[in-house]
Parts: sequence; C-alpha cells; structure tokens
Amino acid sequence: MTESTISKSFKRNEDPRLLTGNGNYIDDIDFPGMLHVAIKRSDYAHARIKKIDTEEAKKIPGVVAVYTAEDLGDYWRPGPLQVPPPTAIKGSVFHARPLECIAKHKIRFSGEPVAVVVAESRYIAEDALDFIYLDVEPLQYVGELEKTLDPDAPLIHEDLESNLAADVVQEVGSWEKAAAEADVVIKKRIVTNHVAGAALENRGLIAVWDDNFKILNVWATTQGPIPMRNSIARYLGLMENQIRLMNPDIGGGFGPKIMSSQIDDVVVPWIAMKLKKPIKWVEDRRENFLGTTSERDQVHYAEIALKNDGTILGVKDVFYHNTGAYNPYGMTIPLNTQTHVISIYNIPNYYTQIKMVFTNQMVVTPVRGAGRSHGIFVMERLLDFAAKELGMDPVELRRKNILPPEKLPFRTGVIGQDFVENVLDSGNYPLALEKTVDAIEYEKFKKEIQPKLRAEGKNKGIGVIMFTEGTAVGPYEGAKVMVGVTGKVNIVCAYSNQGQGHYTTLAQIAANQLGVDIKDISVVIGDTGQWQWGVGAFASRGITLVGTAVHQASVKVREKALELASKLLNTPKDELEVADGVVRVADVPEHFISLGELAMRANPTRGTVEEGMEPGLEAASYYGPPHGATGYGCLGLILDIDPETAKVKIERLVITDDCGTNINPMIVDGQIHGGLQMGIGEAFYENLVYDDYGQLVTASFMDYLFPQATDMPEKFEIKHLVTPSPLNPLGIKGIGEAGAICVPACFMQALEDAFEGMDLDITQSFMGPSKLFHYVQKAKGA
Amino acid sequence: MKPAPFDYYAPTSLSEALDKLTELGYSGKVLAGGQSLIPAMNFRMARPTALVDLGKVKELSYIKPTADGGMAIGTMTRDSVVEEDLLVSERFPILVKTIKHIAHKQIRNRGTFGGAIAHADPAAQLPAAALLLDANLKVLSKAGERWVKAVDFFIGPFMTVLEPEELLAEVVLPPLAPRTGASYQQVSRQKGGYAQAAVISTVTLDGADRVKEARVALFSVGEYPLLASKPNQVLAGQVPTAEAIEEIAAYVAKNECDPGTDIHGTEEYRRNLVHVLVRRALTEAVQQAKK
Ligand SMILES: Cc1cc2nc3c(=O)[nH]c(=O)nc-3n(C[C@H](O)[C@H](O)[C@H](O)COP(=O)(O)OP(=O)(O)OC[C@H]3O[C@@H](n4cnc5c(N)ncnc54)[C@H](O)[C@@H]3O)c2cc1C
Repeated sequence: MTESTISKSFKRNEDPRLLTGNGNYIDDIDFPGMLHVAIKRSDYAHARIKKIDTEEAKKIPGVVAVYTAEDLGDYWRPGPLQVPPPTAIKGSVFHARPLECIAKHKIRFSGEPVAVVVAESRYIAEDALDFIYLDVEPLQYVGELEKTLDPDAPLIHEDLESNLAADVVQEVGSWEKAAAEADVVIKKRIVTNHVAGAALENRGLIAVWDDNFKILNVWATTQGPIPMRNSIARYLGLMENQIRLMNPDIGGGFGPKIMSSQIDDVVVPWIAMKLKKPIKWVEDRRENFLGTTSERDQVHYAEIALKNDGTILGVKDVFYHNTGAYNPYGMTIPLNTQTHVISIYNIPNYYTQIKMVFTNQMVVTPVRGAGRSHGIFVMERLLDFAAKELGMDPVELRRKNILPPEKLPFRTGVIGQDFVENVLDSGNYPLALEKTVDAIEYEKFKKEIQPKLRAEGKNKGIGVIMFTEGTAVGPYEGAKVMVGVTGKVNIVCAYSNQGQGHYTTLAQIAANQLGVDIKDISVVIGDTGQWQWGVGAFASRGITLVGTAVHQASVKVREKALELASKLLNTPKDELEVADGVVRVADVPEHFISLGELAMRANPTRGTVEEGMEPGLEAASYYGPPHGATGYGCLGLILDIDPETAKVKIERLVITDDCGTNINPMIVDGQIHGGLQMGIGEAFYENLVYDDYGQLVTASFMDYLFPQATDMPEKFEIKHLVTPSPLNPLGIKGIGEAGAICVPACFMQALEDAFEGMDLDITQSFMGPSKLFHYVQKAKGA
Repeated sequence: MKPAPFDYYAPTSLSEALDKLTELGYSGKVLAGGQSLIPAMNFRMARPTALVDLGKVKELSYIKPTADGGMAIGTMTRDSVVEEDLLVSERFPILVKTIKHIAHKQIRNRGTFGGAIAHADPAAQLPAAALLLDANLKVLSKAGERWVKAVDFFIGPFMTVLEPEELLAEVVLPPLAPRTGASYQQVSRQKGGYAQAAVISTVTLDGADRVKEARVALFSVGEYPLLASKPNQVLAGQVPTAEAIEEIAAYVAKNECDPGTDIHGTEEYRRNLVHVLVRRALTEAVQQAKK
C-alpha cells in the first residue's frame, strides 16, 4: 500500500495560481459590448412608493435602459423562500415573506433596490442614479427588536397582524419543574450584536444570453450555484440545462453570498435576454453593507436554574431574533441558536422560544457562526453569572455539567436547522476542557500569576469557555470522479469554493483511493454545466458532504480500475495494488498497467461490451447524512487591559478543537485562524449601527471596523483532538465556523476576571473600548 | 462607487500647474497622492470638475536641510520617503514616529507630506505635527508666494487658508532646541486606523532641568489640530513634577479640546483619553529631554 494522503498538510494546489495574480474573479471577466448595471437603492427605511420617475436618467448619454418594478410587468414577483421552515416542530408559526427583487409598492429597508440602470459603463450607470426621483410617503421606522411587537408598532408587512415573523417553542423536560426544584435561578437580558459578513470581494453576476443556441451563461459569486441556477430557470421559464452557471474564483463568502432570488440573479439575466447583450453587475462596498445580508442581533431573556452544588437543572431562553425586512432564509439562524444553547452540557430541562420579528433593516441570513455563536454566548454567560452567584470557579462549574463521552451520541431532543433532532454524535468534551486549562496554565494563572499582577495594579484576566459547532448538515451533495486518458484525475461537483481549500482537500481524498499525485488531480467546483446536483456552501458542510461523495466515487473508480486491470494483467484483484498512477501486481511491480491506459480501455470504440457495463474510469456518488456532525472545542484567553484607555490586548489564545479527521491539518488551522479573527471582530471591533431613522451609519470600512491582520495576536495556540465522526466513512466534521463561534463569550469572561472586585456584569457580545470604559465606570460607581 | 465625471490635467512643471489652477479657479482641485481625495470622489462626497495632478511636477518633491538645522520638505514628497530619510530621523525623530502611525505602508507610499497638511483632516497626524513643530508653510500661486505659520493655516475641518488658485509648495520645519524630548501617544480602534484621541508633545529643558518650553498638540479631538496652552503656562520655568503634569492633563482634557460622541466612542471616553494621553506624552517627553 502506498502512504495515505489523508491527515497531511499538503500545500494548497490552488495557491500558486492565486498568489501569482492568475485568479479569475467576477470583475476580471469582460465581454465585447458588455453593459453595466447600477442599482438605485432607497434612502428611506420605510415608505410607500407613489411614483418613481426615471425619465431624466434615461436621457443621459450612454444610458441604455432604466427599469423599475413596474417595467418588469408580470415578471415581477416575490422570490421563493430559499429555505422553508421545518414542519417537525408542533405549533410553530412562520409567516413567509420572501424577498422582492425590486420594491414595488413599499420600501421596507434603507438600501432596498427600487430601480436598475443599464449603461455603457458603471460610471455612467452611477451618474444616472442621481437622476432617478422617488416620490414616496415616508412611514415610521421600526428597528428596536423588543418594540416591534407593540400594538402601535407600524406594520412592515401590512397584510400581517403584527411584525411577528415566526414563533417557535421547543421544550425538553419541564422548565417549570426545574425552576421549582432549584436553589438558585438567575435571569438575564443578553444581547448579541449585529455584524456584517463583509467578504473581501463583494457580490457580482454576469449574464450572457446566447440567442442562437438559447443558452444563458451566468458567472456568479454565489455560494449555492445549483439553487441559484434553479431559481433563474424558474423565473425565466428555461430548462435547467439551458443555463450554465459558473463560479469564477471567489474572494470570500462567509454566508451572505448564499442568497439567490435577489435583484442580481432575478433581474440581471432578464435584462441580458431582453437586450441580448452581456450584462455585468458587480456590487460595491457601500451596496454590500446596505443591501446584502448580515446577522447576529438577538435579544435573549435567559434563565438558568441550578442546585447549590452547581448542577444545572434547567435553562429557559426566550429570544427575539431580527430577520430584517423579509425572511427568505426561514429559521436556520434561530434554530441554530436553540440547538447551541445546550452546547456540550447536560441540561435535563430546557425551554426555548424564538420570536422572529420583522424590522426595517437589511435582510438577515446566515453569517459564519449563524446562530450558533449566539446560543453559545447565552449559555456561557449564564454559566459565568451562575458561577459568580454560587461562588464557584467558572471552570469547575463547567466540569460539573459537561456531558461525559459515554453519554455520546446524545440526543438533545431539539430540532435543528436540518429539520431533525440535534444529536451530539461523538467526542470527548471533558478532555478538550482539561487540555485547554492545562495549556493556558489556568490554575497557575489564577493562583500565582494573577495575584502578583493585581498587586502591581495590572489588569489581566483569564477566560475559558466551551462550545459546539453544528456542522455538515444535509440534505446532500454529490460529485463525479474521472480518470482521464492521461492518467490524471478530475473531480467535478457543484459546490462552491470561496477559499476553503477544496482544490487540495478533495484531491487528497481522491488520491487516497487512486494512488495519483494530488498535483495531478484537478477539481471543478461550481459549474452547473459539468455537474447538475448539489446544494451549496453553508453550515461548514463542504468537506464532510462533498468530501464523502468524492471518497465514495473514488472507491468505485478504484474498483472499476482493479476489475479491468485484473482482466488485462491476468491477476486476481486482491493481488493488485493501485499506486503511482498505475495498477500493478503487488509482488511484481514491473507488471503494471497505467491508469491512463485503463481509462482508454474502459471506453472501447469497437467491438462488444458486457451487459451492465458503464463506460469510462468514472463514477458519481452522493452523500447525505442522517443529521449534522457536531464539532466542539474549548477556548482559553488571557487578556491584558489598559484600564485607563480600555484598550485590550490578547496576550494568549489557546483553542482545542475536535472536528474529527483533519483531511489537511494546515487548512483546518487556517479555518480556525480566520474564524477566530471574525470572533475577535465580533467581540471588540465590529458593529453595524442603524440610527433612529433606519439609516445604516456604518456603511463603509471607515466606520465599520474589523480586526486587520496587524490587530491579531502574535500567536494562536491550537490543540487538536481527533474523534472521528461515526456518521461518515472518513470520520469528518466541519470546522468552518468554530473560531467565529467561541470568542465573544470567552472575551467577556476574561474581561470580567481582569477587574477584580468589580461586577462588570457584561450581557452584550460586543465590548468596544468606549463601552468597556463605561462598564468599568459604572461598576466603580462613578 | 465610481467618481462623477471630471477633467484631468497633469502639468509637468510648477509654473504650468499654477497657470492651470488660476485658469480653473473654483472648479479646479489639486490631486496629490490621492489617498484622501480619490476615496472622497468615489463616494461622490467630493465632486471636483477638474483635477490638477501634481504627480509629474518633480520640483515639488524633495527633502533639504536648512542652514539653521531645520528641514524643508517639498509638498509632493511621499510620506514613506520622509519616514525613511536619515537626516529627518536625526533632526526630527518625533516626525518619523508620527508618520509611522499614518495608516499602513501602502498608503504612506502614495500619500504626500504636504497633501496631508493641505487636506486638514482633523484626525490626521501631519497637520498636528506641523502645528507642534511650528512649521512654516510656503504657499504659491501664479501671483506669487506667501508664508503661513501652521498655527494660522487650519481654520476648520478640512478647511485651510488656501485659495483655490493656490497650492502648498513647501513645509519648513525650524530646528528643535537642544535638550528637547518628544512623545507620540494615540489610541485608535485598529492599528493604522484614525485615532479616537491623540497627542504629540515636545518639552525643552534648560541646564537645570527646568522647562523652557512645553508644546502639546492634540488631534482627532476637535475641528482641527489644537495646540494646548495650559502646559506651557504651568510648566515654563518650572521643574516638571508628576503632580503638575497630572493637573495639566486634567485641565486640557476638560477645557482645551472638543471631542464629540461618535459611533466609536462617547465624549466622556474620549476626554478621558485626552487626559491619559497628555499625561503620558508630557511624562515621556520630559524623560526624553533629560537623556
Ligand atoms: C485606508 C486609508 C487610511 C488612512 N489612514 C490615515 C491615518 O491614519 N492618518 C492620516 O493622517 N491619514 C490617513 N489616510 C490619508 C492619507 O494619509 C492621505 O494620503 C493624506 O491625508 C492626503 O494626502 P494625499 O497626498 O493623498 O492627498 P490627496 O488625497 O491627493 O488630496 C487631499 C486634499 O488635499 C488637497 N491637496 C493636496 N495637496 C495639495 C497641495 N500641495 N496644495 C493644495 N491642496 C492640496 C487636495 O486638493 C485634496 O483636497 C488614510 C488613507 C487611506 C486610504
């Protein structure tokens, strides 16, 4: 046998091309005669449209057309729900209000599209935007989550009775009973912060209609090529295979690029067919902030009931979830919140209620972390408040309530984003805690180091929290693996790659079966002309679902190669090995046939074949798990705070993570790094702010601050546990969101720990320096 | 985010540039490094009808020592060139330190020394440095030349005494007195980001360690960079003590700046920063002066 290619840190196949500037991003694509689209977006957050006057804009030289919802005629209709609500939860309410591609009667958020301009250049198109006049009746802005359901709150969707978008209750055991039996019950109002997905590259779409062959070619930065293609097909009345939708290289996704049935994929292809010209729309940063989706603001009323010895009896959590002006993405985010409050703890009684509400804000859809970080934040904060109340060490309290490995798989009884019961499939949770506590020298810090620092007047604090990461949910993904006549291998799938490293990791998985150098394995991702089936890049599911499909397909291809070689080499299959690009007799390695030769022979051009024969050294496979695989981990932080300026420095960051088998440990670490950076952003830098009239104040990188590379700690200390998931043959779980989930909770614990004798009582996931300053002032009684 | 239409001129000599500016009057705007103007145009916050690009005017890019021990810097000298100049770092180490806090290297490679001063961003480093170092600014127009002291140059946020047909040509820094220490202090949300409050100071001591002059420039906490008057009033002629410095810092924070509340910080927080930073700046400058 040749050496395994799994669990090895191969350098990435895609990097030489990308790092030498040979990537091909959406804005690099150009066609002769291409026209450019700019979108007129509303400045009003809430208004009734009376008239939109586009006459002057049409007169500007270089402007080809201007369209409003009226101009779309019957083509205008609200998009389908991208994600339906689950039916499994009894008594749940969901009022579906999918996106409108262009506002027709009413404007429901500032930034909502009201018209599009098509012009010879983007410059001219933008010039024309100034000459589109909106005549509207302004309506009162609805923004504050807890006031959206007031009887006198203006209605965002006037056909509904209130601004309630969904109401979902799930209960395991009985909270009432837990509260009655408890020694202490703690109740807190906990707020998670509104943040952007803000990929380095914004969204974009190019549509080219081939009127001779009746084919629509689309290049799009979407994270879900198949769903977007299908949405376009349905809108335009085309067969799926009349549309070839391709992902160019994509500069980051983080969630918001999953959306389809928006103005770009609904209207741009329509214009391309109407004008019979290549049409390009590339979003700019301002639009990305205003009009693309974002996430995270929830207000929780959370309670925890415990015994005096720290045993958790129950948790109750009733929370408002902001879905923005529409709810096209169903309940994915708040369902994730419901499953993640449980995290890795033994909570016998759990009551959880979602109140999803409409606001006059941009639409909310998943952003890396997607509801999980909120659940973790709530639970970990509750534990910290409980530890304080009980006079227990926060780590000790966690130790006491962690689910032991023998309890796994653990059925939580709560329905998750994949519409089935959430199951904690595998792992060793206590070990992750102990590994982190040891690595960060928790005891030593608390007992020896911190007292000394305090005596010197220094403010350093330590935090340790646990988290889960629900990943790798269904329904399914598929892939095809083919050996070519050159002996090289090609993998095709319709997933989407925004930097995850699939060109390498999928190649590693195929190489493991086919004995081919990973450099000789090419990967096509996100081209619906080459592969027709799949769902998309979300929920940290790529490597688990597509990876497993590639694995299964590769096993089939290997089997096919062995069968054929066995005949050609006149040797039984079990005496053959597949290695170094050939199939050979294990004991007589000079007796071999190359994979390329086998590929030729697998596709005979004359003669007859056996019945049931499938040509080509090629196989396809699909994989869908029964439920998601749950990764988990433990984060430890030591923060050094300048109490005078409230500047915070991360002195140490230790994370232990278990995502099952690491196909490529270097890439796993990279995912953790990027996630942590987002998590640090959420805790200390990033904040989307709307003013009292529903205007987004933070619509550029001047105002919306994210942590830059130069703001990162010098080192992330990453420890791994590897508990293969029992759900798939390679034992993989996702890792895309771990870092983004865990930071805020730990950050707040460490901040509180840094200010001895003060009760900062932090109940928010964002604590920028000015805010921290005021919390400290308040705790001082100043 | 594309700019509105504009005309573009790229003169190759100073006189040609001055002619163009006179001809264009209010419709003309100087383009230097473009690091502030181009983003403003892309946001369509600035809509100049014509740009006069100084990029090809070689005679505006130089660093020269002056006979009295100071320096003269041509307006088009890139920030990073000043940052790396040996003589500048010998004569004005505080200037080098200050420049390093401007954004990131890529921006300093394009942004110009005079452009930043002419831009008069209240949150920018170089206008404050010009004020602190008592810079003399050479202003040219087709009609001739005039000299303006930095303290008279800034009149509001992004506003200076420059007329549309004028340009800033040269920045002259008088020499620092012997036994002058300096300090740069800032708090910003991101590294390389604009400050929430910042202070640059110089302290000159005499042979008996008494203060000859204490200068404290504040920026990002008012409509333009501010020169605090309290420090010199209190310290001149005195041996500086921690108590005196603390008193000054508290006074300046309360009375000599005007930070507002914005999305990143409240007024109270930012006044607190001024307090802390003035104290740290004076303390460090005194220590440096003693070395
Ligand atoms: C991402 C980013 C971060 C930044 N961070 C900082 C920071 O932290 N601190 C900071 O101070 N700056 C920062 N800047 C701004 C940068 O330093 C600018 O370069 C500087 O403010 C202006 O210099 P410029 O040469 O680019 O001028 P330009 O952008 O070309 O011009 C700015 C203005 O000054 C006028 N002007 C320029 N030169 C002259 C002249 N000689 N005579 C008359 N008028 C003139 C122009 O007409 C224009 O109105 C940042 C910029 C960017 C893009």
